[in-house]
Formats: sequence, C-alpha cells, structure tokens
Amino acid sequence: MTKVAVNYPGKGTFERGIHPPEMKQWAEDKSISVLPTPKELYIPLLQHVGAPAKLLVAPKEQVVYGQVIAEAGGFISAPIHSPVAGVVGRGANITLANGRHVPMVPVVTASDSVGAADGIYEDMLGGEWPLSLLDDFSPEEIVDKIKQAGIVGQGGAAFPTFVKVLKNKDKPVDALVINGCECEPYLTADHRVMLEAPQAVIAGTLLAAKASGAKAIYIAVESNKMDAVEALRPYAQGTAVTLAVVETRYPMGGEKQTVRAVTGRTIPTGGLPLDVGVVVMNVSTTWAVARAVLRGKPLTHRVITVTGRGIAEPKNVLAPVGVPLQELIDFCGGLKADTARIIAGGPMMGFTVGNLKTPVTKGTSGITVMTLDDVHEEETTHCVRCGRCVDVCPLNLIPTKMALAAKNKDWELAKKYHIGACMECGCCAYSCPANIPLVQLIRMGKVQMLKK
Amino acid sequence: MSTQGMMRDVLVGLVPLILTGLVVFRGAALAQMVICVAACVAAELVFTAMRKGPVSIKDGSAAVTGMILALSLPATAPWFVGVLGSVVAIGLSKVIFGGLGQNLFNPAMVGRAFVMIAFPAMIGASAYVVQDASVHALTMATPLTSLKMSGVVTPLGQLLTGATNGSIGETGALACLLGGIYLCWRRAAAWQIPVAVIASAAVISLLSSGFSISAVLHELSAGALLFGAFFIATDPVTSPVTPRGRWIFGIGVGCFIMMLRKLSGYPEGVMFAVLLMNAVVPLINRWTIPEPLGGPVPVRN
Ligand code: SF4
Ligand code: SF4
Repeated sequence: MTKVAVNYPGKGTFERGIHPPEMKQWAEDKSISVLPTPKELYIPLLQHVGAPAKLLVAPKEQVVYGQVIAEAGGFISAPIHSPVAGVVGRGANITLANGRHVPMVPVVTASDSVGAADGIYEDMLGGEWPLSLLDDFSPEEIVDKIKQAGIVGQGGAAFPTFVKVLKNKDKPVDALVINGCECEPYLTADHRVMLEAPQAVIAGTLLAAKASGAKAIYIAVESNKMDAVEALRPYAQGTAVTLAVVETRYPMGGEKQTVRAVTGRTIPTGGLPLDVGVVVMNVSTTWAVARAVLRGKPLTHRVITVTGRGIAEPKNVLAPVGVPLQELIDFCGGLKADTARIIAGGPMMGFTVGNLKTPVTKGTSGITVMTLDDVHEEETTHCVRCGRCVDVCPLNLIPTKMALAAKNKDWELAKKYHIGACMECGCCAYSCPANIPLVQLIRMGKVQMLKK
Repeated sequence: MSTQGMMRDVLVGLVPLILTGLVVFRGAALAQMVICVAACVAAELVFTAMRKGPVSIKDGSAAVTGMILALSLPATAPWFVGVLGSVVAIGLSKVIFGGLGQNLFNPAMVGRAFVMIAFPAMIGASAYVVQDASVHALTMATPLTSLKMSGVVTPLGQLLTGATNGSIGETGALACLLGGIYLCWRRAAAWQIPVAVIASAAVISLLSSGFSISAVLHELSAGALLFGAFFIATDPVTSPVTPRGRWIFGIGVGCFIMMLRKLSGYPEGVMFAVLLMNAVVPLINRWTIPEPLGGPVPVRN
C-alpha cells in the first residue's frame, strides 16, 4: 500500500467493519460518458430526506432546461429543475428503488433539447473552475445558490445540502469532511468525478467550507484511489484543503466512520456530525456546489456507475435525474442472459429493483447488475451464535439478537439491544455464515417499531 | 463462508488430534470415531424426522459433535457407550431444543456426561488402565490420575507428543495447540475463549503451586485442558457472542476446571466446567450488551 503522510487528527481508520472484494475493476477505468438525452423522464417529487417538493407546472406545459418545476415544500426540502426542455405530462405515483411511493411528474423531451448537445460534458464537468473567483461570494450567497440549485447529498442519504452548510448559532462548525471514500464495492462514480473534475471538487469544497465557516477542511479518500489523490493534489496545493488518505475498509464512507477516521471524533448515536462540529459532504456534491455557485446551474444531472458482471459494457454515465434504469442499462449494452439481480446503488446498501421503469434520483450513485454466479446463495441455517456479526459491526451492536428480537416482534428486547442505532450498513449480514438476512430483519423491525 | 464451511474448518482443526489418537490408540480409536460419528449423524436424521424439522445433516454439525464426543472418550469404552452418548448428545441436548444453534449445552459434553454417570466403570479413571494392552500407553494411568493418586509427574515431552494415556483426543498437547490455533486463525473459534481458559488456569496453578513453572506446564498440558479450551469451550452455539462475554466465559471455565481438579475426588473437570458455564451463557450475553459507538439511542417522546 502506498504510504502517505498523515496530517489529520484521526487515525485514518475505525473499529471493526469488513473488507469485501472491491469489484471496482468493471468501471473504474471508464471515463465518464454522456447519456444521449432520453425521450422521457420520470421526475420524482421527493428525492431527498424531508418534505416533498411542490409541483409548479401543469400537464402539457412547456418547460425549458433548468426551469424550476417544483419548489421546496418546507425548510428541509429542495426544489427540482427540469433536466431537459420538453412537455410536462400527467403526474402519477411511482415507487422508488428504496420502496417509497412518491408523486412523480413525467417530462417528454423536445427533439431539440439541450443535453442532446455534445457540449454537455464540457458544460457540466469540463472547463476551468478558477479558485480566484471564490472570494466574490459571501457565505450567505453561497448558501442561497446551493438552496436555489436544489442540491441534495449525492452519497445516498440525500439530505438537502444548504441545511448542512447553513451556519448554526448553537452548534459552531470547525471542520468540513468531504467524503470521497466510495467504500461500496463496484461503485466508481465518485472516483471518476475526482479524476476528471478535480478542480471543481476543490472549488466546491472551498465554497462549502466558506459557507459553513469550517476552518479545517479534509477530503477523505480511500487508499485504493491514490490516482484520485494525485489528481486533486495540484489544486489542493496552497489551499486549506488536506487530502486525507484513509484505510480501504467498508463502511468507511459512513458518516460516523469517516468522521472518526479523519477527525477522531465520535458522532453521538442519533446525532449529526454537527454535534461534534463537523459538516460531512459527499465528493460528488462538491461538484454540484461549484457548478451552482460559479456557473449558476441547478442540479439536473449526476454521474452514475452502471456496473457488474451482468452488464455488457460497464460505464460511468453522466445522466439526467429521472431517467428510467432501463435507458441506462440499454446505453451500457444491455443485460447479459444470466443476470440475476439489479440493484440501485451498491451491493451492500443498495436496493434490489424489480421494475426497470424506476427512475434515478439525485441520490442514485450506481446500478449494480449481478449474475447468478455472483448471487449463488448458500442455504440459510439457524443462527449458530458464532458472533461474527458482532465482531464486524462498526457501531458495536449485537446484530443477531436485534434481528431475532425483531423477528419475534419483541420490541422491548430489540430496544435493549439498541436496534435504533443500526445504520443498516450490512457488515453483519455479509459476515454471517448462516446467511441470515440480518439487515432486512433489523430494517423491518425498525420500521414496525416506528409504526407502533 | 457458510455454516457448512465453518464445520469443515472445525473438522480440519481436529485432524492433528485424530492422527495423534490413531497413533497412540490404533484401531480402538478408529472404531470409536466411526461409531460416534455414524451414530450422531443417524441420530440427527431420526430425531429431526420425528420433529418434522428440516433435515440438517448437510451443515455437518452432527459429524462435528460425533467426532468431539469420540475424542473425549477412552478408546477402550465399548461400542454401546459411544452409541448411547451420541443418541443423548443429539437427541436430548440438541434436537429437543430445536436443532443447531438452539441448544444451551454443548451436545458432545452432555452425551459424555450421560455415559459417565451411566457407566462409571467403563469411562471413569480406572477405565483408562488396560494392564495387558499391547500398546504401551494403555498400561499407564492418565497423567492427572497418576499425579493425584501417586504423585507421579509425567514428563512434559510425553505430554506434548501424546505418549500417555487418556481420552483419545486429549493426549497430545501439541496436536491440540496446532489444531486450536488453526481454528482461531480460521475464526471457527473465538480466540478469546482458549486464551482466557489457559490464562486463568495458568494463574491459579501458578499461585497454588508456589510459583512452580513446571507444575503450571504439567497442569496445562495434562488431561483435557487444551482440548477443552480450544475445541469444547469454543463451541459457538454454547458460548457468548460478545468479546467481553467470551473473556468472562473463558475465565469461568478455567477457574472451574482448576477448582474441580484441585478439590474434587475426580481428577478431571473440563466437561463439568464447560457445562456449568454453558448454563450461564444467556446471563453473560445479557450482562455484556456493549454500548453502541456514540452512546445509547436517545429516547424521544
Ligand atoms: S453471524 Fe450469523 S450465525 Fe453468527 S451469530 Fe451472527 S447471526 Fe448468528
Ligand atoms: S447491526 Fe446495523 S450497523 Fe451493525 S453491522 Fe449490522 S447493519 Fe451495520
């Protein structure tokens, strides 16, 4: 492993966790390619944590590229912009990959829409991102532009970004941690963004730091992506940004784990990084921030990894929000005959999808297509109480007992074992020799406990 | 990794003990192993059929129980001892609780306890000495008995290589170490347990012997201490799931072994020590619920 000078307060690692096969080989060397503009988009009105956005357009209405089609529906919410020019269709409900039923509005693309133009890569990721311009923006302006651009976290949880960087009088922030770990196996979108738009990443990072008032600024990258560190280094030089190389270990990209690895601080259970003076932001989000502030453009597209043994030509794709999975799969040569499972996200925390009309959202980082070989499942046996799940849980929980309590609907016991603290990272299920679907049981238990 | 794979690891870890047993006790040992494994597998089939549960032979746990039971018996024990022990191990201690993973007590040790009480002469201390045996080792009392009864200290070399009398699997200390380390390395056994058992037994023996290193080494390598520490106490099903719990459990087993060895008329205490500690595992699991990273879940109203 490359040895890198460590000049951040954390240890570069966290306790427990696992090291699954990385499986990044399918797409890590594929430059970001642009998806030809799809004929129709299904734009969900809830793509983030918080309140759904409120629709502003009516059926048959013409919209232009970048137009606000739905406004924020509350404080913790984000507006949605049309990624193409076209005609709005009749709204309906749709099921997202994560199982939530949300309202959706279709947009039929006009034949001459931007996005079809070749220049879109240049416009979005290319060009200069001059750091000298950053002084022109006050923290308030930055927050406002992030808010207007509808940016939400692109790592998966999709929390509205402006809320994160907004200065909080009661909880001052002193550190910004940019999460470029991308610890999920298979996924390479963040990696490619760091390689292909390093200057945008640094610019966005500095803007976010300025908005939040953070003095210490770190970009955490796992040690298996040293080329990304090298790509960022020239632009980070002379700025306040520290490139923090952390150990390659799942789930390094989890907020609690990254913050612990980089700053040595422990986020309280049920709390936010803010509680320990930290703001955490995904690395792809920094690109969106830079684009919103420096170029005045909303978040309409993102980079999505389409990968796995089951896809003909794995790629990293720059695609509009709302595109159905089918289009992305077709663009990547289609599915192979022995495809067994399609996952929105990575294999550890992603969601298996059954319907390829399901659209991608601002938080979709990849599509992982697995074949029969990948998923050949061993039989499930009784728990043999081997404790392997306990040995790997990064949060120091007892997965087997929580899962059993959830299965038996013994909520008192589930609480005793701190079921509410579980972040559903999947380390436990990955390590279980008995193949017990621990995360599913725990997730189900948490949902049912809330309903009670 | 699968349950089956884990059981395979245990069987591989047992290979050095099996070989040592075969070298020392020859055909009698082979017969005992075949009888116990076959009887355990058959019992599992019959009992699961009776409970109409899923057939769980494939996971290999019955074979592991059979092998460990065989290794814990004297080679001289007649065939029906092995068969009965197996039937009790699988029927009374495992399937009745719901099969693999549901039992409270280590099945092999329950089976052994049963035959020990039922046939004290055939498996008690006297069973080991076969005066007219052709194999030299069989003409001697076990190292722990000779120490207790006549104060004879068996040389360490003999204890390490297995050139002594005893249960089939316990004679070779080196074989136990080798197989045990493999087991821990494969994570088929939690390393904290053998370390805790051995360390606590060593400390007690050091104190009680007036700081005699040779007494400690004799204590550790004679009898079933190493066999028990690595292969019996580590049975995942009947030991705690948390690291802290495993330390408590291991120390408990070590202390009980030493107590039984020193205070009871019976020179060997591994089996009872493990069974005793098995009984408190649910309690240990409750005592050792760790605090989640970041503290307990806040209560919201
Ligand atoms: S890893 Fe699986 S078999 Fe082992 S204790 Fe946890 S749930 Fe049980
Ligand atoms: S219990 Fe929750 S936090 Fe712990 S390993 Fe399992 S999924 Fe991850």
